[in-house]
Amino acid sequence: MRRLLSPIASRFVIIIPYAWLFVFFLVPFFIVLKISFSQTAISMPPYVPTFGSPGQWWNNIRQLGFDNYLWIAGDSLYVKAYLSSVVIAFISTVLALLIGYPVAYGMARAPATLRPTLLMLVILPFWTSFLIRVYAWIGILKPEGLLNQFLLAVGLIDEPLIILNTHAAIFIGIVYSYLPFMVLPVYSTLEKMDHSLIEAAQDLGCRPVSAFWKITFPLSLPGVVAGCFLVFIPAVGEFVIPDLLGGSQTLMIGKTLWSEFFNNRDWPVASAVAIILLLVLVIPIMIFQNAQTKAQEAGR
Amino acid sequence: MNSVWSRFNIVSVVLGFAFLYTPIVLLVIYSFNESKLVTVWAGFSTKWYVEMLNNRGLLDAAWVTAQVAFLSATVATVLGTMAAVVLTRHMRFRGRVLFTGMIYAPLVMPDVITGLSLLLLFVAMGLGRGFLTVTLAHITFSMCFVAVVVQSRLLTFDRSLEEAAMDLGAPPLRTFLQITLPVILPAVVSGWMLAFTLSLDDLVIASFASGPGATTLPMKIYSQVRLGVTPEINAVCTILIAIVTLGVIAASLVNKRREVQRLRDEQSAAR
Repeated sequence: MRRLLSPIASRFVIIIPYAWLFVFFLVPFFIVLKISFSQTAISMPPYVPTFGSPGQWWNNIRQLGFDNYLWIAGDSLYVKAYLSSVVIAFISTVLALLIGYPVAYGMARAPATLRPTLLMLVILPFWTSFLIRVYAWIGILKPEGLLNQFLLAVGLIDEPLIILNTHAAIFIGIVYSYLPFMVLPVYSTLEKMDHSLIEAAQDLGCRPVSAFWKITFPLSLPGVVAGCFLVFIPAVGEFVIPDLLGGSQTLMIGKTLWSEFFNNRDWPVASAVAIILLLVLVIPIMIFQNAQTKAQEAGR
Repeated sequence: MNSVWSRFNIVSVVLGFAFLYTPIVLLVIYSFNESKLVTVWAGFSTKWYVEMLNNRGLLDAAWVTAQVAFLSATVATVLGTMAAVVLTRHMRFRGRVLFTGMIYAPLVMPDVITGLSLLLLFVAMGLGRGFLTVTLAHITFSMCFVAVVVQSRLLTFDRSLEEAAMDLGAPPLRTFLQITLPVILPAVVSGWMLAFTLSLDDLVIASFASGPGATTLPMKIYSQVRLGVTPEINAVCTILIAIVTLGVIAASLVNKRREVQRLRDEQSAAR
């Protein structure tokens, strides 16, 4: 097969995006790693002009140490933040699957003429700002908010439910914001499925429910796996949702990193927090990439 | 998949969509609320839109955001399309595994990590934080989304067209511009739109990468939301939602028309 581009041009096409990602994606991680080893005592002020010369700055970094990591490991606040981030992200992922799967399943079984419209309706909220969608929930979940007004008016409750600033609000926020990421991959595996398999199973006496568990669900597993990782990985490091909906008591590592950086202005500790978060996520990210590469090769 | 659309299926789709859309609809409705309290309805009014238009800081932030989004989306589309060509057409070169890794990892990387690492890079490079650094940061993460969108189109592209053009003597670049690009154009356009909205949307990375001179709209909205929910923010959000919705609907209509045209062309060619 002939190549699209001549050797020189094709090298050019490879090198430009490669170099860009190398400089702006890969190199920064090594800088974070380096700074995470530098000492907090000579920590850097937050803004560039006060840094002094670059040479002096690199001098500071040269004095490497594990102090920041020991500090994080010794402070139960950080350990709890990591644990609760993973737990919250896990529960949210399960909830997103429980809600997203039936939606994707319903969409895949919809009349073929309706499917493109349904697909667009799932994608549309994803185009609207994340911040706006999270913000919208504040007005709904507040003690005097719309949900409580509605429930009080209907008579289901006698006094307002406290939802905002609890874990429940974070679950709602994550499931809501990431639901399209769950629905889309599941839908695309279900839509491709050959329905005659189900008919065959039912002709052979299989009940619809067991046909679902024996055939439909296993065949949709690649979509389920992709969807779960697309929700879980970003949710662990989520900042906006716990900050706006979770209130001051909830502990999530994205929020801790943010306040370490912006409020305490402790860059080395913030870097160490980021490195540990990356270590927590590296296995899920690798599984996700593997699945993506496989899916890409299957699509060829 | 073809089968009966059962009642259970219909109910789950309807409920799922109600869940997705109710908050947005409520937000839009309450932007027209007379009362300053977002949650108490006191009659229809457009005064918050007037108020918004008199808010200098908000308008400045909106202008900065529009410029950053336009610039970063355009550069990201060029880089992302090149990356997609590499992903689909160059199966063997040194460092391909690293390259695919660098394309997929930013898609799921938590924003706080991307933001922090880019900030530390800019500091190490001696770049002052501001308009340029936000734009560079946005190019970096949105080019990966563009790459994935364009790549999925390139995978289904009939390569014999390219080969035919080259056999007839067209040089590679011309083949790409005259044969490949027109076919994948819808994907490139939706990649650009995705990059544009990602940039419009981003709070966390911008907060790290931006300086005092370049406050973006999400940063402005965020700082106001922290002070409390106001109808003015609802009004800003409503306008943003309207712009994005119109853009997406327009793009899908254009795509549909192109698709119909293509089918018609194919039919007349087959005849």
